[in-house]
Amino acid sequence: MTAPSSAEKIPVTVLTGYLGAGKTTLLNRILSEPHGKKYAVIVNEFGEIGIDNELVVNADEEVFEMNNGCICCTVRGDLVRIIDGLMRRKGKFDAIIVETTGLADPAPVAQTFFMDENVGAKTRLDAVVTVADAKWLKDRLKDAPEAKNQIAFADVILLNKTDLVTPGELAEVEARIRAINPYAKLHRTERSKIALDEVLGRNAFDLDRILDIEPEFLTADDGHDHDHHHDHDHDHHHHHGGLKHYHDEDMQSISLNTAKPLDPDKFFPWVQDLVATEGKDILRSKGILNFKNDEERFVFQGVHMILDGDHQRKWKDGEARSSRIVFIGRHLPEEKIRKGFESCIA
Amino acid sequence: MTDFAAPLPSLADRARLVQAESTIVSMHFFRQTPVFVLGEEALLFAAPEGGKRVAIHGGAILASAADGQRIVTGGDDGKLIATNREGEHEVLATDDKKRWVDQVALGPDGAVAWAAGKVAHVRTGKGEQRDLDLPSTVAGLCFFPKGFRLAIAHYNGATLWFPNAAGAKPEVLEWKGSHLGVTVSPDGKFLVTTMQEQTLHGWRIVDAKHMRMSGYSARVRSLSWTHDGGALATSGSEQLILWPFTGKDGPMGKQPTLLAQSPARCSVVACHPRQPVAAAGFADGSVLLVRLDDGALILAREADGEPVSALGWSAEGQVLAMGTENGSASVLTL
Ligand SMILES: [Zn+2]
Repeated sequence: MTAPSSAEKIPVTVLTGYLGAGKTTLLNRILSEPHGKKYAVIVNEFGEIGIDNELVVNADEEVFEMNNGCICCTVRGDLVRIIDGLMRRKGKFDAIIVETTGLADPAPVAQTFFMDENVGAKTRLDAVVTVADAKWLKDRLKDAPEAKNQIAFADVILLNKTDLVTPGELAEVEARIRAINPYAKLHRTERSKIALDEVLGRNAFDLDRILDIEPEFLTADDGHDHDHHHDHDHDHHHHHGGLKHYHDEDMQSISLNTAKPLDPDKFFPWVQDLVATEGKDILRSKGILNFKNDEERFVFQGVHMILDGDHQRKWKDGEARSSRIVFIGRHLPEEKIRKGFESCIA
Repeated sequence: MTDFAAPLPSLADRARLVQAESTIVSMHFFRQTPVFVLGEEALLFAAPEGGKRVAIHGGAILASAADGQRIVTGGDDGKLIATNREGEHEVLATDDKKRWVDQVALGPDGAVAWAAGKVAHVRTGKGEQRDLDLPSTVAGLCFFPKGFRLAIAHYNGATLWFPNAAGAKPEVLEWKGSHLGVTVSPDGKFLVTTMQEQTLHGWRIVDAKHMRMSGYSARVRSLSWTHDGGALATSGSEQLILWPFTGKDGPMGKQPTLLAQSPARCSVVACHPRQPVAAAGFADGSVLLVRLDDGALILAREADGEPVSALGWSAEGQVLAMGTENGSASVLTL
């Protein structure tokens, strides 16, 4: 009777990563492993997949601004069209994979699933998977804003080609990734080799799965890199028992929490105003909220100015009723956000 | 399902059911024979004496247009194919890069227009072909009712092209945003696009004056001019919305007419070819016949949860054919 539930919607995995990081290798791996699933693959115009697949569509990454004067409110026009066309062959595939070019911003891809009613009704965004080159990512983070966007936006990061770097270099690049995005699931890989259930079927955009937004803390490195690190790019860093903590100059995450209940009549206007004014710099947001006089937890997620939220379930007996929200973005005004959040306490 | 005070008069049980078993994307008629365009590969000729499935494409069918003599379809196999009333078909064109042919329009004197990617093509009835490169993907195509002129919807506006005027620079009607469909009023005075936003944009062609038509709850995906061209019926809301296009100002400064209030969203509209009546299909599966003068309603298909995806009238308007996303088709003879 109603729109298909999220279980019936076709999952879409977005594969991003800088040129040469190993994105196409991962794609070929997904298509060639004997998993019994059929994928429709949307490849960028430079994509070269080596596998015969009946449903390969070439996309030209047309990023279209909406008619609201805002530069962050964009959709991928080609995806709107291609997904509409693919759905005519419903039943011929189980999932869709979108491979982007190395220069692509993942946000317009993600926003398409929230902004286009038809796309959102038939498919659901499963996760943004970013493949990063362990050897070159550090340089790309300095010279390529796209590479930083892809890391900041990711739900899953494959730190690939780990065989080409020393353990020290690996720890270094992981610390830099964590400075930008402490929440993504990070895997070290060689030749993009990974169990496919680590990249597919993640439900990273499913509100019901926003259970745990604790940061994925770095595993302590193996002790080869405790010496002082000389840094020439003006990043701040300090050491904690073998873990390096960087502060990225322009991309940060902010995590706020409170055990005091929030007032929904204060919180919603505040968060809506926040994304209206700072949305172009907020890449992703997520939250679990404890509202006063509310027996259910409220969860939300966002991409730039788009917010998607709902009551999730009843608070469990004995569960700590606290609110926690996370923003990942560029030059975020942390004090302003922190004060604003605190003013929402009931 | 519906919240009308009294049960609606219904013709639904008089409809002949047809099983299509594939998404129905559009529908056309050859005289009294309804032809359903399926999402994959085939056309389904649904004559009362028996159905016939004619496979024509090697994949999804993305667009179709018909002129009573032939149905022309574009597919994800990169082909443009014409099928006649006997079900005989010929390939009119094949995209050299096997890109999707996802826009098709038929014009006067046997002309056909189609698009793949950022190129619009026109072939005249005499077989001469003209091509036009656009700055972004062609998202809508429509011939003007008179004269050999094509309207092309794309990002940031629409282009008006005279394919026969060699070397003439096409005229561009600009409006920021993504334009996904296009129609020209039967009197040739107004051009209307559907947008990525929940709105229509219009231009009065003589002076390119803008009109915005908004208030929808979803992107508008279906448009149909009333029998006399006096109004444009549109999907995209929980009722049938008609914009007045009489007079020199069209809908400028006027309110639309809202009819057929429904609990579900209108997904397809098709105006009767001869009378002030429109068929409106909804996301809950219901189809209503709406008398435009007074808003009186007759149920033509019961709500069953299958979103209505195609509606069409025979040329004289005695037969209404209906199709759903899930492949249920029905034919109602009035
Ligand atoms: Zn914006």
